[in-house]
Amino acid sequence: MIRLLVLLSLLLAAPAAGAAEDFIILQSTTSTRNSGLFDHLLPKFTAATGIEVRVVAVGTGQALKNARNGDGDALLVHAMERELAFVAAGHGVLRCDVMYNDFVIVGPAGDPAGIAGGRDAVAAFARIAATASPFVSRGDDSGTHTKERALWRLAGIDPTRAGRWYREAGAGMGATLNMAAAMEAYTLTDRASWIAFANKRDLQLLVEGDPRLFNQYGIILVNPARHPRVNFAAAKAFRDWLVGPEGQAAIAAFRVDGQQLFFPDADCG
Amino acid sequence: MEDLGAAFALALDLVLGGDPELVAIVGLSLAVSLSAVAIACLLGMPLGALLASVPFPGRPAAVVLLDALMGLPPVVVGLFVYILLSGAGPLGALRLLYTPQAMVLAQAILVTPIVAALSRELLAGLQEEYAEQLRSLGIGPWRAIPTLLWEGRFGLATAALAGFGRAIAEVGAVMIVGGNIKGVTRVMTTAIALETSKGEIALALALGLVLLALALLVTGSVAVLRGTAARLAHD
Repeated sequence: MIRLLVLLSLLLAAPAAGAAEDFIILQSTTSTRNSGLFDHLLPKFTAATGIEVRVVAVGTGQALKNARNGDGDALLVHAMERELAFVAAGHGVLRCDVMYNDFVIVGPAGDPAGIAGGRDAVAAFARIAATASPFVSRGDDSGTHTKERALWRLAGIDPTRAGRWYREAGAGMGATLNMAAAMEAYTLTDRASWIAFANKRDLQLLVEGDPRLFNQYGIILVNPARHPRVNFAAAKAFRDWLVGPEGQAAIAAFRVDGQQLFFPDADCG
Repeated sequence: MEDLGAAFALALDLVLGGDPELVAIVGLSLAVSLSAVAIACLLGMPLGALLASVPFPGRPAAVVLLDALMGLPPVVVGLFVYILLSGAGPLGALRLLYTPQAMVLAQAILVTPIVAALSRELLAGLQEEYAEQLRSLGIGPWRAIPTLLWEGRFGLATAALAGFGRAIAEVGAVMIVGGNIKGVTRVMTTAIALETSKGEIALALALGLVLLALALLVTGSVAVLRGTAARLAHD
């Protein structure tokens, strides 16, 4: 029993010893992780700098909340207005645009709302509501949920009061896509999650190309004046690499099934 | 249905292939959950024995409370430990959030009531059985605690196993306080949740089968150990 305990404490001490190296905690979103982007990018950054990046992938809302508590050194998220508010409130510094892609509306091949091929996301949402076709919402205060609520507002619809066709999953993008596939429902997803998602079943991409579906990702560093324990130097090195030529080229080179998922557009304003 | 067949094939591939990432994940799952159970046993078994042996006012209420705590939702425990260890929390300076240590702490909190409550149940029965003997030997309720723990050791292994089962299978607490960071805090259950969210249903199921095999291995080892120990004790 004692030998077992010693062995266990050794096992547990190992990761703790690893913590002595230079690393940062990056609060990020499920779309960037599930697509495999981090598996592509981070080894290149670590090879260049020796800094390890530990990714905690949650919704943008939770990522902002965690970072506000000082749980993390940097954020890579996608809800521009909320990011700017986060910086304005003094929680974060040195925000940069990093890359973009777009949101798409996916739904069952049968398409009961008849939105396939459209380029107007707001009109498509209005059709879904008018036909009371099942729609699964992230419902988790994420970047995608933020965008979805904005589209409903533009359509002049409050879906939370509209009826049983509107379901709030309260879950990440993958879980929401699983639900939509099982329920033959519509949902809004970022293109990267959609392309990388392996359980599409009867779901198809129905609406894309509306400029309002633009999806900008930004990086923010947690304000060291507010949280003295953050690893600011390493976090800044990651930001500088990501928006620099190497990081931007690496983002552009990332492919899933031959398709580019993220488009670099570094801008530190 | 095809997912299920694919899952079995994949699970076999994973185990036989000895994929280093999977080995690390399995190792961390075992290390975290066994550590948590060890802590839970060190705290929970004496506590259970105390509740079984030492009468005090309010003991029935304490027993009910302990039994109720067996139903602690993992997510709530995870949140509680998150608030404790968060940079803005009272223990933030320790920088333990998103480490295996934080996961051990959360699982230990989750499992201790289970081990304590099951131990109390078992030892209360033993205490009744031995009450006469203990009294005639002049052993008071406090001094009876080590005796009860020793005499009940084989049954207590089951309490420890129940705790282990809970720890190795839970995902809510370790997801919040560990963060499911690749290579650092990813364990079997969070890996399964991740693969499910990627829509890799067969792979998620395969990992589930590996987890089940792991649980079988641990409980099987305990059963064999217990059998051997019991035989030796009776020789």
